[in-house]
Amino acid sequence: MAAKRTPEIANISKDELLKFYRDMLLIRRFEEKAGQLYGMGLIGGFCHLYIGQEAVVVGLEAAAEEGDKRITSYRDHGHMLACGMDAGGVMAELTGRIGGYSKGKGGSMHMFSREKHFYGGHGIVGAQVPLGAGLAFADKYLGNDRVTFTYFGDGAANQGQVYETYNMAQLWNLPVVFVIENNQYAMGTSVARSTKSPSLWERGAAYGIKGEAVDGMDVLAVKAAGEKAVAACRAGDGPYILEMNTYRYRGHSMSDPAKYRTREEVQKMRDEKDPIERVRDLLLTGGHATDDDLKAIDKDIKAIVNESAEFAKESPEPDLSELWTDIYA
Amino acid sequence: MATEILMPALSPTMEEGTLAKWLVKEGDSVTSGQIIAEIETDKATMEFEAVDEGTVGKILVTEGTAGVKVNTPIAVLVEDGEEVSDGQNRTEKSEDVGGEKPGVKEADKSLPKDLPAAAAPQAAPPAAPTMAREPDWPEGTEMKTQTVREALRDAMAEEMRRDETVYLMGEEVGEYQGAYKISQGLLDEFGAKRVVDTPITEHGFAGIAVGSAFAGLRPLVEFMTFNFAMQAIDHIINSAAKTLYMSGGQMGCPIVFRGPNGAAARVGAQHSQDYAAWYAQIPGLKVVMPYSAADAKGLLKTAIRDNNPVIFLENEILYGRSFEVPVMDDFTVPFGKAKIWREGTDVTIVSFGIGMTYALEAAEKLAQDGISAEVIDLRTIRPMDTDAIIQSVKKTNRCVTVEEGWPQGSVGNYISSVLMQQAFDYLDAPVINLTGKDVPMPYAANLEKLALITTAEVIEAVKQVTYR
Repeated sequence: MAAKRTPEIANISKDELLKFYRDMLLIRRFEEKAGQLYGMGLIGGFCHLYIGQEAVVVGLEAAAEEGDKRITSYRDHGHMLACGMDAGGVMAELTGRIGGYSKGKGGSMHMFSREKHFYGGHGIVGAQVPLGAGLAFADKYLGNDRVTFTYFGDGAANQGQVYETYNMAQLWNLPVVFVIENNQYAMGTSVARSTKSPSLWERGAAYGIKGEAVDGMDVLAVKAAGEKAVAACRAGDGPYILEMNTYRYRGHSMSDPAKYRTREEVQKMRDEKDPIERVRDLLLTGGHATDDDLKAIDKDIKAIVNESAEFAKESPEPDLSELWTDIYA
Repeated sequence: MATEILMPALSPTMEEGTLAKWLVKEGDSVTSGQIIAEIETDKATMEFEAVDEGTVGKILVTEGTAGVKVNTPIAVLVEDGEEVSDGQNRTEKSEDVGGEKPGVKEADKSLPKDLPAAAAPQAAPPAAPTMAREPDWPEGTEMKTQTVREALRDAMAEEMRRDETVYLMGEEVGEYQGAYKISQGLLDEFGAKRVVDTPITEHGFAGIAVGSAFAGLRPLVEFMTFNFAMQAIDHIINSAAKTLYMSGGQMGCPIVFRGPNGAAARVGAQHSQDYAAWYAQIPGLKVVMPYSAADAKGLLKTAIRDNNPVIFLENEILYGRSFEVPVMDDFTVPFGKAKIWREGTDVTIVSFGIGMTYALEAAEKLAQDGISAEVIDLRTIRPMDTDAIIQSVKKTNRCVTVEEGWPQGSVGNYISSVLMQQAFDYLDAPVINLTGKDVPMPYAANLEKLALITTAEVIEAVKQVTYR
């Protein structure tokens, strides 16, 4: 991983730094809570946690404007929280309750919010890539000056439909930012074991698509790259590829014992690259916040997450009649 | 030695065409590969090259002649210095090749084009013995004769005029005017923004279209044939059909996937497959398979307006066939309503799409034998008008289903199960599900014929259930 510290924090206000801290912390605490609820049997099936990757969505949301769209894979809780969806609604979907975003019918991998322009939540690796280009196609067709963030992982980057989409997105100049969240492992297969061309963003060059690799553990670097990509797309110069080098601390899903990497590797990443610690350092060393200020934020976040868990436990299961609704519009 | 130049078949389903133009005249010498004529079909004008070299001894069919059957000798090529005798105008060979289809006469210009050989002689649709429970159009409506191809194009054009968010996407839909000429003229009228040519990339463009439907557009996706939609089936089922449910009703996908389905003629196993039963299984999809031009038009317009993903299964062999279509400002046919083409009392024949050809022909012949068949065209496979079938079987007590797809898990199997559960006491014979044979489609003409369903098989099945 080519992660390096962003040398200066130009054009970042104290408030923005605090927001980054808060938003990333919300995702982390939420995911930890989801892990607990899974262990308690309140969440079933697949549950893919985003812990470690928080800087990617938080940094890119800082580059987005109202009306911009986002779509991602099944590792989607972080994306939803980052774009402002309600933690209670997400958690209640995880527990399969009527208060969830999909009334309990979608589950961890399938949530949507028209209001927040979040288009899922897709369970087939790579399928969200043409879908995301399609969202951008619609914006271009309708003359909307909006951009779509299409997230996918290093695993999906080997799917054929990604390249079919690259070809058409560039052919039609679609306003789409392809965000490769390279967390180094496609389930249990490291990038080194799945491809001889480890620089995934460079594959866009074959289609004439501009792009770059970004330290995805550095929220400021992510935001800066996101702004550049969004500006290109809004200027009619899309698409754009951002390869976010990041790391997931947890297994692929809850049932993954992660035997394919060492405990030391994960610990080293946590110690040296943690995106939240990095912002915490900046806030404290820059004199933007005190320990007490950050503790107060921690407390707030804890309260939000606990509340979401309570809601997710108390919200009833969907009425049995819901089995037969929403099949046809 | 003189060689006959025969009218070429320029597509797997071409039966006849117009000799639009000769580019050579008698006495000209030609080389192999030289373009000697222009042949026009209902789909396209194509250049025709000489295969052999020699001198054009005699032109047998003058330019501008329409309805020239495939394999009719159109000119005689002689070796240099050779004379053409009158006897060579039509050699005995022409009997084997040109006139091999008994019953198809030169003069029979009313015959629809693009028919499979087996169906050609009796193919003209019956003169509207229509007994739909409610008529599809008001009595006295002016009618015009149109091919299925024209009806489909009109449906798309009308809906694109009506709604700016409707657009057509697919391979060769624009500049080429459609691989099967269904989108002819649409690029000119609507421009490249709304008639979008794609690279050959079904998986990708199906996904893009579905995404655009999530975001408020109403895409019409043309698959050059439904065989290629298998590359895209994940998006059709996982992305298009399931999202409304997975989103708790928040996000639907108004999209039409259309294109030719089923066997054409002599195109082999990978290009000859009926997907009706496949898609009919999927909750969240609607599945339509029209037979007549009026239904093709009315159902396609309904499909485009529907807020759900619709699989619209066309048939290459039917494209060129003509039917009466009502002349109305806005003619639509609702989903889930079967059409009773022919009333009868002895047996119910249920079919859809190309299968209707055999069902109707069989009914006609059975009538001559004193067997009165009721023929039901499902039109939409999902939702299915099972009520129409049940009501009919309560009257006839016997049922034969006819479809081109494979036997196991067929649409007919589902109909049988519905009848057993809801009309068991009315059945006087086991229901027979006629299907294509349980084999990949062979290429050899004789084997292909054997693999496909035939009118004779329908007649045989009806005799079986009526114990005749």
